[in-house]
Amino acid sequence: MIDEREATSEERKAVRAGLDSRASNLARRTSNPWHHRYIKLVTVCTVILIAAGGMVTSTDSGLSVPDWPTTYGWNMFTFPLSKMVGGIRYEHSHRLIASTVGFLTIIVAIWTWWVEPRRWVRRLGFAALGAVILQGLLGGLTVLFFLPAPISIGHAGLAQLFFCITLTLAVVTSPGWKNATAPVDDPMLRRVAALTTILVYTQILIGATMRHTNAGLAIPDFPYAFGHVLPPLWNAKVAIHFAHRVGALVIAGAVLATAGHVLRHHRARRELVRPAVLLLFFVAMQVTLGAFVIWSGKDPVINTAHVVNGALVLGTSLVLTLRSFQAAMLGSRVRGIASAPVPGFGGAEAARP
Amino acid sequence: MFRNCHAIVFAGLLAAISACGSDTSKSSKPESPAAAPDAKKVDASTAATITGRVVFEGTPPHNPVINMGSDPACSSGNKGEVTTESVVVDNGGLQNVFVYVKDGLGNKYLFETPTTPVQLNQSGCHYLPHVLGLRTTQPLEIVNSDNTMHNVHGMPQTNREFNFGQVVAGLKNTVTFNAPEVLIPFKCDVHSWMNAYVGVVDHPYFAVSGNGGKFELRTIPPGTYTIEAVHEKLGRQSQSVTLGEKENKDITFTFKPAA
Repeated sequence: MIDEREATSEERKAVRAGLDSRASNLARRTSNPWHHRYIKLVTVCTVILIAAGGMVTSTDSGLSVPDWPTTYGWNMFTFPLSKMVGGIRYEHSHRLIASTVGFLTIIVAIWTWWVEPRRWVRRLGFAALGAVILQGLLGGLTVLFFLPAPISIGHAGLAQLFFCITLTLAVVTSPGWKNATAPVDDPMLRRVAALTTILVYTQILIGATMRHTNAGLAIPDFPYAFGHVLPPLWNAKVAIHFAHRVGALVIAGAVLATAGHVLRHHRARRELVRPAVLLLFFVAMQVTLGAFVIWSGKDPVINTAHVVNGALVLGTSLVLTLRSFQAAMLGSRVRGIASAPVPGFGGAEAARP
Repeated sequence: MFRNCHAIVFAGLLAAISACGSDTSKSSKPESPAAAPDAKKVDASTAATITGRVVFEGTPPHNPVINMGSDPACSSGNKGEVTTESVVVDNGGLQNVFVYVKDGLGNKYLFETPTTPVQLNQSGCHYLPHVLGLRTTQPLEIVNSDNTMHNVHGMPQTNREFNFGQVVAGLKNTVTFNAPEVLIPFKCDVHSWMNAYVGVVDHPYFAVSGNGGKFELRTIPPGTYTIEAVHEKLGRQSQSVTLGEKENKDITFTFKPAA
């Protein structure tokens, strides 16, 4: 009886190959291209939402609609377009786009739960929904409490986390991710890419703190600080502003290290080279925009472009990080499959090397 | 247990939100400084007067031109070039400076708080007047005379911050301030150029410099006082003044362009 005997290494390999093939076939079968396209659409809408939020703060319009969730007493969706003047245009548009993204995210959660075989991805769909609901509450609270810095910074930080969740969903539901046969397995790349993403997110939080404590022009010149390399006078706002500049240097170094590693060791891997090169481009753009924010005296459009480009830096770094972790994630999945009972080969025994 | 805790937290959150959303004012109970038991009314027959001028020294900065294109109701209501009112200099005198007795009155005198409201009008997408003064607990009536929407956002540090909307022309809201505070900025977030400043004091000795930078403080009891002049952009200046009975003293404050 084949059930009772020890499996040979060849048989184990055959089983593993069969499992991989079955897993791959399962992925293909459950892969829904429209689901993936839809999540990409929501991710793009999230970037637009971040831009709309950037315009609200850049034009100082956050309190131009004093009530929430209503708009001057109107239901948000029945507020007359003719009354969208001045700062209301930015604030109310932001609310409408946010509501749209919220609605789209409900569909993301349900659709993902419906079609996605991976439990952690299904959970991520609901995490996106939770994040967007919390984000809406934070947006309302910051209006009702007259834009207190902690709530506004939380609102800005959660916006980027929500973007990261939708982007992660878009990446892991892509055919490229599901059908990957031999993803790069490079522990050093994983470390440097993850560190870069964490640094970028930290820098975004510092930037949000600078924005919501009105420290954007605390140092009015660039590249110097009051004509010096180091600011000759210090206060809380100068410190926050200078931390953001130092953060930019640290991130430039981290991005150079990450992209350099990819270009040196994985030049043939298009899925890594593309985000690495894009990351270099976005970081160069971000530093340039940051300089123009100062030189233009915080022009709202440039200021908003800086916020949006910051999200793109984070997103690109996250994509690179996810792809650097793909082998590890698939490895754990294969290990999980291999350690599961295998019919006909004495269960977990078959997984032993 | 946990479910109950969540319900309490949620109910608290809702209560906080509804409280914040519905209250557009204001303050409830006056907090005027307690007068001493032997406090008395000012004797008008011995009272003195301070007259003075706020002078601007140097070249006045150019007030930026306002682009009202974001709201046709504002642009159509103003003809020609409209500028901000930050630094208004007239014959060398600086207007819109709030001048008041900062110190020296103590709690020796009784002052009746006027019940007549002071009006802050929104007209042509400007606050009129740009700077005004009133007493603690005296009503400030805020009026919308424009055919557009304004939000009225008062940003005091000592008193309570507020923000409410005035959707149509003719709407009036009244606010009061319990504690003295100089100056409280007001802004309309819909029209970012709209700013006003309100000085709140607990006595009647205040004025806003007008044409030629002139001001006058009347019926002040004899004594030694600190007089402070406050400008929204150029900061604060003060000087000590000693007044004798029925004396008429002339003082000058000199402001220079901000560094």
